[in-house]
Amino acid sequence: MRVSYYPGCSLEGSARDYDESLRAVFDVLGIELREVEDWNCCGASSAHITDDFLSAALPMRNLEIAEKENNDLLIPCMACFNRLKSAEKAAIGEIKTDVKTSYKGKIKIKHILDFLSEDSNLASIGRFVKKPLTGIKVVSYYGCLYARPPKITDVTDYEDPRSMDKLINILGAESKPWSFKTDCCGGNLALTRIDIVRRLSNNLFDMAVEAGADCIAVACPLCHANLDTRQKEISDEYGKGYYLPVFYITELIGLSMGHSDVEKWLRRHLVDPMGLLRSVGLM
Amino acid sequence: MLLERNNRSSFLQEIEGKREVEISSCFQCKKCSNGCPVNFAMDIMPHKIIHMIRLGLKDEALKSSTIWACASCETCTTRCPNNIDIAKLMDALRQMATDSGFDTAQKDVPVFHSAFLSSIKKRGRIHELGMIGEYKLKTGDFMKDSRLGWEMFKRGKLKILPSGVRGRKEIRGIFDEAGRRKRS
Ligand code: SF4
Ligand code: SF4
Repeated sequence: MRVSYYPGCSLEGSARDYDESLRAVFDVLGIELREVEDWNCCGASSAHITDDFLSAALPMRNLEIAEKENNDLLIPCMACFNRLKSAEKAAIGEIKTDVKTSYKGKIKIKHILDFLSEDSNLASIGRFVKKPLTGIKVVSYYGCLYARPPKITDVTDYEDPRSMDKLINILGAESKPWSFKTDCCGGNLALTRIDIVRRLSNNLFDMAVEAGADCIAVACPLCHANLDTRQKEISDEYGKGYYLPVFYITELIGLSMGHSDVEKWLRRHLVDPMGLLRSVGLM
Repeated sequence: MLLERNNRSSFLQEIEGKREVEISSCFQCKKCSNGCPVNFAMDIMPHKIIHMIRLGLKDEALKSSTIWACASCETCTTRCPNNIDIAKLMDALRQMATDSGFDTAQKDVPVFHSAFLSSIKKRGRIHELGMIGEYKLKTGDFMKDSRLGWEMFKRGKLKILPSGVRGRKEIRGIFDEAGRRKRS
């Protein structure tokens, strides 16, 4: 099977661990990832906050290129996913736009979570699990833009999404129920309103602990940036001593497959997951 | 009195006309404000902003800290019983504030977005290190996050050399077209 892949800018830099683990997992699954030829930045929040035309035209160029490649288009970042879906809706006339496009809406745009949790892929992942992640308790954190607004994302269970939980369970880990799956971590305020990010993320850590989790799974570079990168400073500010490693879902899948590159990915985290993994005999 | 009525109609008209955000059906149920995760950092609650648009209180709305605190999380838009796109309204208000050179409540936020967009305009992709550098230059705040930057660098999370797209002309064309539309 072959799919198109739009990594987005973060996966070339601060979220390399996500990109590396994702490519490794797809390789094991035997699914060919074709990077969208000469893709450009989707414009992220900066474009929609600044200018409506830019915010539709930038992602649209990627859709036009991907449509020529004619495979399902997979996106690992919630923000990119939201922007490309929004451009799709503009192209097919569901939202108004001034952007002219040749994109017809023939390909399916999927977040990585949607794709990996499809029945056949879930079953295939299950077959490759060599080291079940028994003993780790995970809360799945989807963030804001995976599900919202549903008229753009087409996600039906937007108040309580399940795709990541299904994946966690098939890996042998325990997914803990909590009601903060789609609460905001401060996403696009990461570098500007750190005060807001800290307060929102602190709340998520608190609730994860209360849910009985010992780590958090994410599927977005921005969620990871706030929850992993800033965890120590938030811990210090609120006097909490949190230890909640934050895994990309693809890292958990790779770990359960016994992939030889796992340590390379995890060494890039600021909250070192090794302590947790050793305590349950996974390292 | 007459002036007030003109003001009112022009602010509301601008929002519903040029900016294409329909707000007339709002019945002030406050669901948007109650569910907003960032409401603690806002001086005027989102439902109140809508009320102010009706009253024509343009300066007050555009000067509020609310529009720059909003994290674009789409919770309000998803939950509004009248399908009002409040997140889009926040975009419209931010655009109006920056377009008209308003002395905004939180300067750093628009500076960040302009550094981000200029990085795209140059190469078609974001080079995180370069973009953050430009933002820091413009805000003069080098100390904030410097330790974090180092921790990320050590772990190979900051790409030193930028990558770019081959289709830079196309990207530039998109920005030029956006500029023309804004001026017209
Ligand atoms: S949720 Fe909708 S109807 Fe209720 S106050 Fe907010 S904008 Fe108005
Ligand atoms: S989009 Fe903005 S105003 Fe709406 S709920 Fe989120 S932070 Fe609040």
